Amino acid sequence: MYSRAYKSAVTLPPVAWVTLFLLCAYVILFAHSFWSVRDGQIVRDFTLGNYKQIASSPLYLQVLFRSMKIAGAVTLFALLLGYPVAYYLSFNSRHKNLLFQLVIVPLWVSYLVRAYAWKTILGSDGVLNTSLQFLHFTHEPVSALLYSPFAVVLTLTHIYTPFAFLPIFAALEHIPRNLIEASHDLGGTPLQTFWRVILPLSLPGVVAGATFAFVLSLGDFLAPILVGGPSGIMISNIVVSLFGAAYDWPLGAAISLCMLILVVGLLFATERLEKRFSYQ
Amino acid sequence: MNHARTRSRSGGWLGLYSWLVFAFLYLPIVVLILYSFNGSGVGGFPPRDLTLSWYRMLFHDAAIWNSVLNSLIVAMVAVGLALAIGIPAALALDRADFPGKAIFRRLVLLPLILPGIITGLSLLMLCVFSGLQLSLVTIALGHGTALIAVATTEIFAGLQKFDRRQEEASLDLGANYWQTFWRITLPNLRLSIIGAALLIFTLSMDEIAVSFFLVGRENTLPLEIWSRLRRGMTPEINAVSTIIFVFSLFTIIIWYRIRTRGEAQQLATPIIQGEIA
Repeated sequence: MYSRAYKSAVTLPPVAWVTLFLLCAYVILFAHSFWSVRDGQIVRDFTLGNYKQIASSPLYLQVLFRSMKIAGAVTLFALLLGYPVAYYLSFNSRHKNLLFQLVIVPLWVSYLVRAYAWKTILGSDGVLNTSLQFLHFTHEPVSALLYSPFAVVLTLTHIYTPFAFLPIFAALEHIPRNLIEASHDLGGTPLQTFWRVILPLSLPGVVAGATFAFVLSLGDFLAPILVGGPSGIMISNIVVSLFGAAYDWPLGAAISLCMLILVVGLLFATERLEKRFSYQ
Repeated sequence: MNHARTRSRSGGWLGLYSWLVFAFLYLPIVVLILYSFNGSGVGGFPPRDLTLSWYRMLFHDAAIWNSVLNSLIVAMVAVGLALAIGIPAALALDRADFPGKAIFRRLVLLPLILPGIITGLSLLMLCVFSGLQLSLVTIALGHGTALIAVATTEIFAGLQKFDRRQEEASLDLGANYWQTFWRITLPNLRLSIIGAALLIFTLSMDEIAVSFFLVGRENTLPLEIWSRLRRGMTPEINAVSTIIFVFSLFTIIIWYRIRTRGEAQQLATPIIQGEIA
């Protein structure tokens, strides 16, 4: 029904734009990762030096590993907080729409502002410490709260729980209710129904939510600066410093490319998982 | 039915747990708003000397308002750009077959899925490579390009519910493709377009990872807040955040009303689910 001219008219401009501004940008990132810096100048000669440096430096691998641990912890907590709420909203709540909005609203408070709010809560003269002292739980501020991996995990969990919640809720909402009734009618207890019917059917949502939480928190560099301190530094902070004061764009590009490969690999894997779990 | 039995038995504990999660989600927001009225700074408990002086100070802070203006300009350009590319992109994905379509689909969505830092520094290298001076223009280009993903997913979702026979009728009655696009296609997609525009606008106003790398001399609001946070915390930042929060709340309410009127899917789920495939 659509003519060739129509199809070219809607295809060419977006393809051209995306090729120019996205594909080229990612290709330049790729290219930089094989270049090097000499005397403050980027030398455009092919070298694997950046990758060798990453592989042989305990610092980069250690921070990368720590970032994955932090992202993993955030993912776990986001699921532990998000799944029961999604379940409650989908099956038990009489005010489903209102509560759904309540989960979404924090998503619309500026990311930076929420991270900053945690800083004001966790600081040594912050809200938590002063209220603990006010209530006589402690006499001195607990300094371990702020500037630690714990603070980063807490802040990122707060930020990404709604992201984990959304696909889980969508998956639970799509479960045909007569399957659950069938399970009850066939004598399944509520726990059996959950374990053998609801949970398997909601797995695609869980996988999608976990992917979002993991990928987004893996690449975060603002929360570590605000609440992380030296022990909460993540891989993106290293990239930022390489692109700033340290001025080694090629090495920064190589680290970013490792991150990109990790993320894209993960996305492919979870996409296949979601397909396997989906019942339609 | 039997279903009701599950409700009464598991609902209590689950309900309590859910409310605790809600408390966790809202604690920072409540603290933030409360301490914007706190006379004795961002810390301390209980809040005392309630005052509006931080808001008064904010009102006279030219640098903040300048950055708000910059953010508004960037967001509007980003909305225009993302829609101008995203609408044809959605039409192409819906209706045309072309070589590399699968790659194109993934590429468009990539900025939404990748950590912002990767897109940000890739665009920075592109700008430096092609000799573009970093400024608000590069930030707007970056936001617009990264958020094509949002425009495309929203409008693609709208197209799935759209009855193509209307276009067929228009073409049969002698209208050309251009007229059909303006009089049939666009008006039918208006809910998706408005929804996408509001979402892109809000995301751009809050964007920091891409802006962080593409910033020139002029700051956007999040970057201005960021640079102040590094110098120290004042309740003035709480005050400006509270104002942004109230504005975003209005935006959501407007968006939600538009979407429920259009019997569209639940808020934000098509985006968050990402339609990666």
